[in-house]
This record gives sequence, C-alpha cells and structure tokens, in this order.
Amino acid sequence: MKARDWLGVVPFIGMLGGVPFVNRVEPYVLGMPFVLFWIVLWVVLTSVIMAVIHQLDPATKEEESSS
Amino acid sequence: MNIALLIIFAFLLLSFYSGIRARQGKDMNMEQWTVGGRGFGSIFIFLLVAGEIYTTFTFLGGSGWAYSKGAPSYYVLSYISLAYVISYWLLPPIWRYAKEHKLVSQSDFFVSKYNSPMLGILVAAVGVIAIIPYLVLQFKGLGIIVSEASYGTISPAAAVWLGVIAVTIYVMLSGIHGSAWTAAIKDIMIFFVVIFLGIYLPYHYYGGIQPMFAAVHAANPGFLTFPTEGLSTSWYISTVLITVFGFYMWPHTFGSVFSAKNENVFRKNTIMLPLYTLMLLFVFFVGFTAILQVPGLKGADGDLSLLRLSLKTFDPWIVGIIGAAGLLTALVPGSMLLMTGATLLAKNVYKVMAPATSDVQIAKVAKLLVPVLSLISLYFTLSGGDTLVTLLLMGYSLVTQLFPALLFSLGKQPLVNKYGAFAGIAAGVLTVAYTTVSQATLATLFPHWPSVIQDLNIGVVALLVNIVVMFGVTLITKPLFVNGQQAANTEGTPTFK
Repeated sequence: MKARDWLGVVPFIGMLGGVPFVNRVEPYVLGMPFVLFWIVLWVVLTSVIMAVIHQLDPATKEEESSS
Repeated sequence: MNIALLIIFAFLLLSFYSGIRARQGKDMNMEQWTVGGRGFGSIFIFLLVAGEIYTTFTFLGGSGWAYSKGAPSYYVLSYISLAYVISYWLLPPIWRYAKEHKLVSQSDFFVSKYNSPMLGILVAAVGVIAIIPYLVLQFKGLGIIVSEASYGTISPAAAVWLGVIAVTIYVMLSGIHGSAWTAAIKDIMIFFVVIFLGIYLPYHYYGGIQPMFAAVHAANPGFLTFPTEGLSTSWYISTVLITVFGFYMWPHTFGSVFSAKNENVFRKNTIMLPLYTLMLLFVFFVGFTAILQVPGLKGADGDLSLLRLSLKTFDPWIVGIIGAAGLLTALVPGSMLLMTGATLLAKNVYKVMAPATSDVQIAKVAKLLVPVLSLISLYFTLSGGDTLVTLLLMGYSLVTQLFPALLFSLGKQPLVNKYGAFAGIAAGVLTVAYTTVSQATLATLFPHWPSVIQDLNIGVVALLVNIVVMFGVTLITKPLFVNGQQAANTEGTPTFK
C-alpha cells in the first residue's frame, strides 16, 4: 500500500475512533450537539480526503480511454 | 379519496408510465434487463447508487430512530460515508473482473472466482434471504405512507397490500431503465422535501435548530449523546464497521456496480457521495422535532413520526407531495430488490439445477418469481412488528458474511479455497440466524463481561466465526487436493457443470 492509500484510513480514525472522546452535547456547533457536529465534520473531511487521494492517484488520469 | 392520496396515486401512475416508456424499443435480453447494457455515465450511476441508498429506510426509518433512540441514529451518516471510502479500492477490481468475464450477478462473481457453482447457489441464497427483510422494510414504509396519507380511511394492512401490488406491477412493467428514470425524479423530489421539512419544522416549532435540540436535551438529558450501555459508542463503532463491510455485498448494489461505463466512475464518485449523506441530517432534524410535538409513538410506531408531524403541520396537498416522495423512495429500491432477488433465484439457482434451460426461459422464470418474492415479503410485513432500522440491520448482518470471501478473492489467486469460502459463509450465516432467533446478544451470552464488549454488534462475532472457519477449512482441505488451491477461472464466462 502506498502512502496515498493509507490516507483512506484517516476517515475511519476520525469518525469511529474520535466519537468516544467527543460524546457530549455542549458546545453546540452550527446548532448541532457536539457529537453530531463531529460526525458531520468528518463526513465533509472524508469528501476532502477522497478528493486528495483522487488527485494523487495516477489511475484516475487514464480517463475514459480505458473503456 | 382525499387530495393527499390523489397526488400520491398520480405519482404512482407517472412512474408506471416512465417505466413502460423507457422500455419501448429495447430488445430486452437478460443482460439489458439487469445491467442496462453497461452504458451508464457518471451522473446516472450517481443517481442509481443514490437511488438504492436513499430508500424509505432513510426517510421514515432515519427520522423514526432519531425520534425513538436519539444519538444512535447518527450511525447511518457514518456508515454510508465510510462505505464510499472503501469503494474507491473495492469496486474497480470487481468491475474490471466482471467486465472481462461478462458477469451479470453477484453470484456469478463468486462462481467465477472460486470456480464453484455450488458456492454461487449459497451466495444467491444468502442474498435473497437478506433481501427479504429489506423488502419488508420498503413495503412497511409504503403501508405507512398510504395509510397515514389517507387520514386513517385505509387500514395499515390494506395499505401494505396496495403497496405490494404497486411495486410488483412496476417491476413487471419496467427493468432497470424504468428504475433509472424514476430514480431521477425521486432523487430531485426527496432532496427538496427533506431539506424543506428539516429546516421548516424546527423553525416553525422552536425558532431554530439549536433551540429544538436544547428543548429535547432539557426534556431528556442523555438523549443526544450515545448512552454508556446498550447502544453505546462501542455499539456504534462495531455496527458502523459491520454495515460498511456489508454495504456493497447487497446483491442489487453489487449488481449495479457492473453497469458503470468505466472504473474511474467509482473513484470520482467517492468525492461527492459522502456529502450527499448530509441530507440525512435534515431527516434527523425532523425526527428530533417530532419528539415533543407528536409524543407517545412507541416501538415500531416511531417510524410514523415524520408523517404524523407532517399531518399535524401541513395542508393535505403538502402531505400528498411528501407522501409521493416517500412512495418513490420505496418503489425504486423495492423494484430493484425484487428484480435482483428474482434474477438470482432464476439464474444462479434454477439454471444450475436445470442446465438445459435457455436464456429466454430463465428470463420468464425470473419474471414469474417476482410476485412469489412479493408475497413472501408481504407475509413477513403483515406478521412482524420490527422497526425499519432493526429490519435493515438484520439484512446487513447477513450480507456482511459475504465480505470476507469476496475480499480474499480479489487477488490473482483467492487466499482461501472454495470449501473454505463455502464453510465460512455458511458458519457466519448460521451464527446470525441463531442469534436472531434466540435474540442472543453478547450481553446475554457473557453477562459478566464489561459493557464495552457486551455492546458490540453481534454481527462481529458472526464475522469472526466466518473468517476462522474459512481459513480452518481451507487449511484442512488443502492437502486433500492436488496443488492445494484451485485456479481462478480465467476462461471467460463460467460454465455450469
């Protein structure tokens, strides 16, 4: 596995590993209880991380030519 | 008939029409009926994948769980996002192999990889058994929508019958093309309906999102965080992992992977799809708003919360539009599930038993099986009292059992042999069946263990049993056969012997 692929583990750590440590209501962020906000934050970060992986991955550069 | 029901039936007729129209002029052989000729681009795949994920479960079950359980409902956001992460690495090799070997179903994939039609039958059986609770979920949702929108004039049981008949007719009329068009209408509608409800309702009743949460917190402290026991953070982590692994193991989801134009479609989709899950947030807002506004819905009735709150708040015509969006969220995935189940049984079970059957006959058998599966699911819909989430988790713990055998087959040579794969899947599924029937959990099996372990999803145990048996049987059977491992089938389409 390349360093790029290991990036894919980060959303799991944030979304799953983080939750036991942020399992509380206060402070509210964007109107949401903190633990819900944390999960939402990681959904957005997951998207960002996948964009970075996509950018770094040479396989995505072959584009439609392969089909 | 009131205006709400009229709107819902108008949408039903519209989807029948688009189903028939999409099909006209198409030569419907088996491959086209099921995978749409492998010609869909990025946007259509997006809609198709989204269409399967945003089912009546999301709409009614998501709000229902927020209403009755609170924070544990957040697991849905996490598992869908993380499943997309895995898809970046999981789907391209599956797609490539399926294209090379012209496979049309999930079961074909196992048959070809492990060179074992028997394994194909097992995989098809597991898929169909897992589909049934998922279908029950859609039918239950349809029943809830029709009976609530009728303002009590149609009984829930009669509404379920109507829903089942509608879905069955829809599947018979259209193949995947009908689903794709209806999915497009559905996704646009559900998007606006959910965003509207999720913002309007908390503002209407509480003046904002945060005041709404604060009121819920004041009335029931602890409801907005994971409890220390039961549906705790340890339940959350294990359940998310189980469902992430199971996500692409649903036969219909696995099958839809084959319809992509090229493998980069999947890689590109992983960027946007997680953001799409944020729509669920608005579904949760509705469920949390309903807690203090329509109190007293116990157990499975929590699934009624979104519609009950809508009935209380809006004019019948708005209820009709909400109901129509709900109808489509049940119709699209319901039809996909029925079609996949019927095709699997016809092609990967019936055809293996009766190899002389022609493709035309198999397609006929598949269509005949559609109403049969409908009736079986109807029976369970009318007899069971589970919440939508419970039903989904039951299906998930079954399909997840296919994941290890799939994962270990992705390399050039499968890591385990066909006996191991067969025994592992069987052992995992039996463990799930035992724990479902006996209602066992880790807490009842090991009453003295710490709750961190007791709260783990029981599916974790089934998965461990599965993997241990898989490697164990592979090791035992290895010396009994020449060369140890059978070669992966590289000779094109699998031959059924």
